[in-house]
Amino acid sequence: MTAPVPYRVVAHPADTPDTATIVLQPVRTALPPFTPGQFAMVYAFGVGDIPLSVSGIDGHRLTHTVRAVGAVSGALHGVRPGLTVGVRGPFGTGWELPEAAGRDLLVVAGGIGLAPLRPLVLAALAEPERYGRLNVLIGARAPGELLYPDEPWQAAARVLATVDRPDPAWTGEVGVVTTLIDRAAFDPPRTTAFICGPEPMIRATADDLVHRGVDPDRIRVSLERTMHCGTGHCGHCQLGPLLLCRDGPVVSWTRAEPLLMVREL
Amino acid sequence: MTVVRHGFLGALTPAHRDRLLAFAHEASFPGGTRIFEEGGTADRFWIVRSGLVALDVHVPGRRAAVVETLGQGELLGWSWLFEPYRWHLGAQCRDDVTAYEFDAELVRVVYDEDPAFGLALTHCVAQVIARRLKATRTRLLDLYGPPGSGGGTP
Repeated sequence: MTAPVPYRVVAHPADTPDTATIVLQPVRTALPPFTPGQFAMVYAFGVGDIPLSVSGIDGHRLTHTVRAVGAVSGALHGVRPGLTVGVRGPFGTGWELPEAAGRDLLVVAGGIGLAPLRPLVLAALAEPERYGRLNVLIGARAPGELLYPDEPWQAAARVLATVDRPDPAWTGEVGVVTTLIDRAAFDPPRTTAFICGPEPMIRATADDLVHRGVDPDRIRVSLERTMHCGTGHCGHCQLGPLLLCRDGPVVSWTRAEPLLMVREL
Repeated sequence: MTVVRHGFLGALTPAHRDRLLAFAHEASFPGGTRIFEEGGTADRFWIVRSGLVALDVHVPGRRAAVVETLGQGELLGWSWLFEPYRWHLGAQCRDDVTAYEFDAELVRVVYDEDPAFGLALTHCVAQVIARRLKATRTRLLDLYGPPGSGGGTP
């Protein structure tokens, strides 16, 4: 297991009450380049480390979006510019966006699952001539929990959002994210889909897309288990025959579907 | 009349779709219009062509709680098919809405006269109800609530 490389926090915008985005810059040596979909083990000194997908890649700078739900994520949520954290990576498989060249792109995110998809959307928007239509479908618990609402790409891409619990000011859609698929413009046989969110949401979305004619090999999903070593040695992230830190987190629906149907796997 | 091929109509065979659309007339509602009220008589139903309709539940002493929105191609109203033909929810336009509107009583008469058509329509409405039930159960899980770790993938 490699040692964490020091990165300094250079920005820390708050996204929602319990979610923050931290932008990291290498103190000295940078890690090898990350691709969208990969993750890093981010270490809060004195507390521990957790796996965090990259939610932005800008040269040697890494962006992570962290939700405060435990000791380590709480510590990382609380870091401020100037502080140093440790980073290991890059780990795992990416979304492999270039393989979708010439095809419609359908991005479906649930909750904080939008974070790993953000760099993919930005990469697709940076090369609009390379891809077909880009649709981004987002599901969230409540309007205040939608991530990155003010970022310019939300206006540049066709973004549709729905929430489970609307507040009185919300004038958008209410319901599960799969209902938005009807509103998206895409040609199923010529579409590559990218899905991240809670696994029941992934399953429902992928099933719907397959039913509409999207090739299961062209549906990429990001799975979550307890990543620890990041190198496929400790076995914490095992999902059947897969070690998700090495063979995932992004896998095709063809590989994921049978595994997600196994109880308590 | 331009026909939406996905959504509710897309689930019917062409023959049954044409049969149903023979009873349709085009309707439009400005944003904010209340199309029906919870408990009211379910004497019509709609298939949304454009715009968004919010379904809501009356909560005494509070603003009506929106529980779902329906958009293009979706069936607005299924209470017309089952006794006592009363709306379970209220419906209000989020924005300007156009829809195919159907006289429920007329469709029910044809439904009884043509069992094959009636069965097909019942199947389609049942699919809508099942899908909404599944969606409701999924939302009960509060999937977007606090998970066991921070971060999106991992």
